[in-house]
This record gives sequence, C-alpha cells and structure tokens, in this order.
Amino acid sequence: MKKLLNTLYVMTSGSYLSRQGETVVVRQDDEIKLQLPIHTLSAIMCFGQVSASAPLLGFCAARKVTVSFFSMSGRFMARMVGPVSGNVLLRKAQYRRADDQAFTADIARSFILAKIANCRTVLLRASRERIGDTVLAGAADDLKTHLLNLSEPIALDRIRGKEGDAARTYFSVFDRLITSQKEAFVFHERSRRPPLDNINALLSFVYTLLAHDVASALEGVGLDPAVGFLHRDRPGRPGLALDIMEELRPFTADRLVLSLINLRQIKAEGFEKTASGAVQMNDATRKIVLTEYQKKKQEEIRHPFLNEKVVVGLLPHIQAMLLARYLRGDLDGYPAFIFR
Amino acid sequence: MFTEDDLLPISALQHLAFCERQAALIHLEGEWQENKLTVEGHGLHDKVHEDDAEVRNGVRLVRGLRVRSLEFGLVGAIDMLELTPVDSAEAGGVALPGLRGRFLPYIVEYKRGRPKLDHCDEIQLCAQALCLEEMLGASIAESAFFYGTPRRRHAVTLDMDLRAETGRLAVRLREIIDSGQTPPPEYAPRCQNCSLIDLCLPQAPRQEGSVSRYLKRTINEVTSEETA
Repeated sequence: MKKLLNTLYVMTSGSYLSRQGETVVVRQDDEIKLQLPIHTLSAIMCFGQVSASAPLLGFCAARKVTVSFFSMSGRFMARMVGPVSGNVLLRKAQYRRADDQAFTADIARSFILAKIANCRTVLLRASRERIGDTVLAGAADDLKTHLLNLSEPIALDRIRGKEGDAARTYFSVFDRLITSQKEAFVFHERSRRPPLDNINALLSFVYTLLAHDVASALEGVGLDPAVGFLHRDRPGRPGLALDIMEELRPFTADRLVLSLINLRQIKAEGFEKTASGAVQMNDATRKIVLTEYQKKKQEEIRHPFLNEKVVVGLLPHIQAMLLARYLRGDLDGYPAFIFR
Repeated sequence: MFTEDDLLPISALQHLAFCERQAALIHLEGEWQENKLTVEGHGLHDKVHEDDAEVRNGVRLVRGLRVRSLEFGLVGAIDMLELTPVDSAEAGGVALPGLRGRFLPYIVEYKRGRPKLDHCDEIQLCAQALCLEEMLGASIAESAFFYGTPRRRHAVTLDMDLRAETGRLAVRLREIIDSGQTPPPEYAPRCQNCSLIDLCLPQAPRQEGSVSRYLKRTINEVTSEETA
C-alpha cells in the first residue's frame, strides 16, 4: 500500500516555518525547535498564530505537501496545495453523477449503511462490557432496524431522513459509552458551533482532523472535495469530504474520543469554558489528542473490501480511490468501509 | 499530421508496451506514484542532463535534447546525442543547427538496472529516433542504451519491425487517450513490479455485482452480531 507519511502539527503561537535545503525548519523566538526532511511529510497543519515563508510554501507545493491553516480552536481557514492533481475526466464524471438522482442515491446509501453499521458496532463493543444495559442494547436494535430499512434502494431524501434518525439514536446513548471521569465528561447532545461541553469540543476537534485528511485524500486522487452526493452543495463546504467522513467517523474519531476519556489520557483541567459557554481545549490537551490520533493512524487493520492489511491512516486515501474507481466505471458500486 | 498541441509523451509508449492500463492511469488519469525504482531513475537522469555539450575524442556530446514528431504525434527528450563528424552527406552525415560540418547522430539513453527481457526500452529508443529523424531529416540506423548494471552500452538496431511496432503503439496510445477510458486491469506477474499496483488494484473484486454483494454480506455479518 501507499506509504503513510507524517503530518507535522504546529500548535505553538508565534512559530515560524521556513525552508532550509531539503528540510522544513520550525523556529520559535529565533530558535530552531525542529528540522524535518520534506520527504517524511505529507502535510503540515498550523493552528493559531503560525506563519510560513513563501519559499517554504512553494517548496511544499512542489513536493505535494499540503500546508493548512486553522484557528486555535481548529476551525479551518486556508489550505495551500500544488497544481490540481488527477484527471479532468474524473472530475467531470463526478459532477455529472452528482446531478444524477439515481446514482447519487446509490452512493449516499452506501455511505449511510456503513455509517449506521459502524455506529452500531461502536455501541456493541461497549455493550459487551456492560451486560444488562438495556438502553444500549435497545439503541443497537434500533440501528439494526434502520440498516434493514436501507437494504433496498430508496430515494435520497429518505436516506437523509434515516441518517438523521440513526444519528439521534446513536448520540442519545453516547453518554453511556463514557465509563470513567463521568463527572467531567457528560454528553447530552451534539453541539458544534460552538461546542458547549468537553466531549463536544473533543469530537469537533477530531472531526476537523479527519475532515482534513479526507479532503486531502480526495484531492490526491483527483476528486473535488466540495461536490458531494449525500451532502448538498453549499459554497465553502467540503461536501464530498463530509460524505466519506460519515462512514469513517465512528471507527476513527468516536472511538478515539471515547478511549481518550475512558483511559484517562485527558483530564477535565484540559478544558476551559469561555464566557459565552463555548468550551475550548488547552494546548497540552490538543497535543495529547494529536499524538493519539497519529498513533491510531499507525494501527493495522484488514480492509473489508480489499481484504488486505492496511493502516488506519490510509483509510481516507483508500476510500477516495475506491470512489474514484466507481465514478470511472471500474467498480459496480461504492464499497464503503464497514468495520467488524 | 498532428499539431504541437496534440503531441503525447514518448514515455507513454513504454508504459503502453508494459501495460495498457498503466499507460492510461499515468497519462489519462494523471496518476503517478514514485517507488524506489522511479526515484533512483530520476537521480540518474538529473546527472545526465547536468552538463552542457562537450567534445570527447572528436565526438560531440549533447545532453537533454527535446524532440518531437508531428507525423507520429510524439514528444520527448533524449538523454544524450553523440555527433560524429563525417565528410559528406553520402556517409549519412546531417547538418545541424549552430554547427559547421556534417555529423552522424547516435542516441544514447541512460537506464538504471540491467537490460530488460521485454522490448519496452527499445520502443522508447525507437520513438526518440523517429522524432529526431523527422526534426533533422536524417535516417538513424542504430542507437544504444547505457545500463547502470552492468555499466555497459547495448546497441539497438532500429529495424522495420521495431519501427512498425512503435508506430502501432503510437496509434493505440492515441485511441486510449481519445476514448478517455482506462482499460480494466488484467492481473499478471508483471504487476508485482509496477509502481502503480496500489492505485490500480488489479486484484480487487471487480466482477458485476461485487460491490453490492460485499455490502450485503458485510451488513449481514454486522447485524447478526447480537447485543449483549
């Protein structure tokens, strides 16, 4: 499989990135903090007050290293990529098919089938340790019903309806998956803009990381991350990246957030409630999350469709590639990622 | 005759001779994945293109020449052209831009590794010669490879068969590019040496209905897992 390269996360305010020969140099207060050969990197993600020299940006573009800028809270601001990669014919196929109702419904059903199946597996794994939790078991049964309802082709708006129902069911029992530090980590409902509690702050941050990886993977295979099938086009929104994220979220993001809390890798002190009620993480907590996210990417699993061993970090790339294959007519459907 | 806008890269012919799908993935879909072999190849070529013209034992060496053929619709570059001075046009000598006298042109292409069993490399050399012949109004009977292991020159006769095969591939390449369709994979032993194997996925399930079967089967397996 393709090699999983590192992502460099720059979190310290006032950092300055520049090029030196074949390396990327990170300076803080005129002192070199880090120097990395470019060929070990696939992306650089800058959070908050981080600046980069123009020669560095050009160097990264030439070496296909994406440089992205986020606000301190993880809101995406800008991404710098080199020339558009891939095939214009593929992008045209993507646009045509995004306007084709039957085709769109077929792909969207794959995304949502996988998402619900994966959510259910997250619940089941937890319920094994909590025998007798009838609420958890009930939610898993509800998700199974939704899955069976999606076993035959249905219209796109009904798929979106099922997706909403399933998400409500899933998040309604999400709090039960927290098994330690219950007083600090309580989940009522999903809040995003802004996140209103610690768990939502965590979820939002990890989803941002995942969305970035998915968008890069889509661009890498020549697809336009903005033109989705399940997500309607909206300027500024990476619809296709969000589509692919649906199936990857439970496995890569939600389970990571749960283990960070349940294994006490992060603590209540790492979170701060601002005057508006919005919750922010501190730098140390963000660093832990990033480290664990990177670790998770190195884990090896068996891809259910390819039946090959792959590392988790390549899942966005693999799914992007499989989607491209379907759009080109190489496959007879989109084999969404369903983990067991 | 093709126009300059229509020209396709000579390298595509080699890829095509190796595998039609590989050629389409690279030249139609714009996919390219570096592997160890291709990266080492770059290093070698950078070196070849580094120096300017030099004269060695009376033979002039010109490196990194860009060539094209409007007849075959190809464009590419020649690693090194050796120009041996000859007395007359009768001896096969051609006049060259910027040089006095007449010369016998001889193409040398640098390759890492050893001579291959298939003829992908010969196709490339022949295509370069066809381009150069058109540009110079010359006729080139022979060219050569310089292989890294062993460090040895290997001459190739540009006979009618090789020329015909090269021309046929140029036509086929154009058909594929014009169609916009990447041919389906056929898994073969050569796939293991292909730098695009992870993009091509020659062994991925691809028969009609395979994805819907995968989805049905996997969902069945997942839903049959019972709640505790």
